[in-house]
Amino acid sequence: MAFDMGATILSLQGVNKSFGPIDVLHDINLEIRAGEVLCLLGDNGAGKSTVIRLLSGVHKPSSGTITMDGKPLNFASPREAADHGIATVHQFGGTFPLMSIGRSFFVGREPVRWVGPFKVYDRKTANDIAVKAVQNFGITRIEDGDRLVGGLSGGERQALAIARAVHFGARVLILDEPTAALGVKQATHVLRIVNEAKRRGLAVIFITHQVMHAMAVGDHFAVLIRGAIASDFKKGEKTREEITDLMAGGASMATLEAEIESNMAGHDA
Amino acid sequence: MSTSSSLSFGSLMRRPETGSFLGLAAVFLFFTAFGGTNFASPTGAASWLNVAAQLGIVAIPIGLLMIAGELDISIGSIIPAGSMTCAIISGHFGLPIIVGVGAALALGAFIGLINGLLVIRTAVPSFIVTLGTLFAVAGMTLGFSVLVTGTTSVAIKVPEAKWLLGDFIGGIYQVTIFWWIAAVIFWTFFLHASRFGNWIFAMGGDKVSARNAGIPTDRVTIMLFVCSGMSAAFVGLSQAILYNSAQVSAGQSYIFNSIISVVVGGVLLTGGYGSVFGIVLGTLTFAVVSQGIYFTGFDANWASLIIGVLLLGAVLMNNTFRKMALSYAPKKAGK
Repeated sequence: MAFDMGATILSLQGVNKSFGPIDVLHDINLEIRAGEVLCLLGDNGAGKSTVIRLLSGVHKPSSGTITMDGKPLNFASPREAADHGIATVHQFGGTFPLMSIGRSFFVGREPVRWVGPFKVYDRKTANDIAVKAVQNFGITRIEDGDRLVGGLSGGERQALAIARAVHFGARVLILDEPTAALGVKQATHVLRIVNEAKRRGLAVIFITHQVMHAMAVGDHFAVLIRGAIASDFKKGEKTREEITDLMAGGASMATLEAEIESNMAGHDA
Repeated sequence: MSTSSSLSFGSLMRRPETGSFLGLAAVFLFFTAFGGTNFASPTGAASWLNVAAQLGIVAIPIGLLMIAGELDISIGSIIPAGSMTCAIISGHFGLPIIVGVGAALALGAFIGLINGLLVIRTAVPSFIVTLGTLFAVAGMTLGFSVLVTGTTSVAIKVPEAKWLLGDFIGGIYQVTIFWWIAAVIFWTFFLHASRFGNWIFAMGGDKVSARNAGIPTDRVTIMLFVCSGMSAAFVGLSQAILYNSAQVSAGQSYIFNSIISVVVGGVLLTGGYGSVFGIVLGTLTFAVVSQGIYFTGFDANWASLIIGVLLLGAVLMNNTFRKMALSYAPKKAGK
């Protein structure tokens, strides 16, 4: 698979989305390029999930256009988006905890071999490919494809889900809060995997509200506040404090603290 | 890399049917000890194998539905409906047995189709949907039977079909046992070796993700309901042919008995985990307890107590084994 590094894959132009009378997204403009990590930052309810759903084919924009490779997007379902190379990995990664690594890796695309007149699920091939794909992302502890997904750590599950997406030809990887439920060490693993995906030329959309994690891997940042992009900047253009302030709603954290303190003082008096 | 470890003791402990195997061994030893030599003799074995075969044929598709995250209790009235359909057509009206059998199976498939369509269209839990069809079908069976034949019990004499569907081999073993064995082979292949099996596990694990992965979840759900409906109708018609008569109310016990067999067999109630072999062991366990009691000196009324305790024990044990399977990680070098 060859990727044209830096080429725009997905582009959102003037995208609005409303559900009935409620406007959720306003005039969103974003560019997502191969070999780049776009960090989508924002507080709960800022509209991050809606952006993901627009890109992964769950919803359609109310107005504005989304293009992929210059052609307008019109996906009927997440499956169709996945077929076009847009893969979404959710917070808990492996969603089939009681299935083996090999089986869950190939759900819906099981490898089969002929045994006499019967088509039989090829467990060995599935396990070998799945284990190799995960190991290529640096998770070398996974050696047995018969292990159940539920027995993996949170970071390993994310790795499995990302490896699966990449194996099946994803060009755009949407990671929805992949580090939110993880400890420091596990989160580091996931961030390393994000870097590996980027190195391979995938376009990564990394959704998070942890500024530290975003800064560790991001090339490009967009901060969403109440459905609009409050700020759009490149790596190194803003400090951590500035980003945190932006996410907190534009008001600087210091001002906020001062306000709280003066309020408290008022109550004490 | 895993061929050597798949035969080890540790990997056996992680299989879904381990708990049910231990349960079966325990009740078997118990009844062999208290039931004397009769229990394990060919005649004794026939008594519980016959029960297991009839129950087993419906328990497997019920188990598959449960693995896929659904439930079907309408079998409780599909069994007598299949029985009566066959008896009315081939007994009361005297049409060829092939017509009676075909009509009974078609009826089972049709009720299954309705169950499946209602479940996917309405998103009402399948327990409620099939509770509704359970009563609707029971009422229809009673109503039509009385309307057509004026009675609730219809005789059926079909000597030409008995060898295939309702005879005793060697005078004691029901021919249904062979149908059960055939069903076990078919479903084992279906669940564990074909692609469909993987889809069923995935649907039970997470239906939305399964659909997003491209699995035709609606079609699979309908197909499973059709299979359980047909299996129930098959058990009904084979009972009619075996006993030379059909009654309108002869299937309600199968509802709980099949669920008990499936759960004792290691299938997770919420879906996503289980095996056909486990369901077979669960069915045998149930049959051994319900029949074994007659070989002992105990009052048969105690059998339900044993089954109840066994069910709870099996669920707890299966939970433990599942946790072991989840927490399993291969040891690094030097194991």
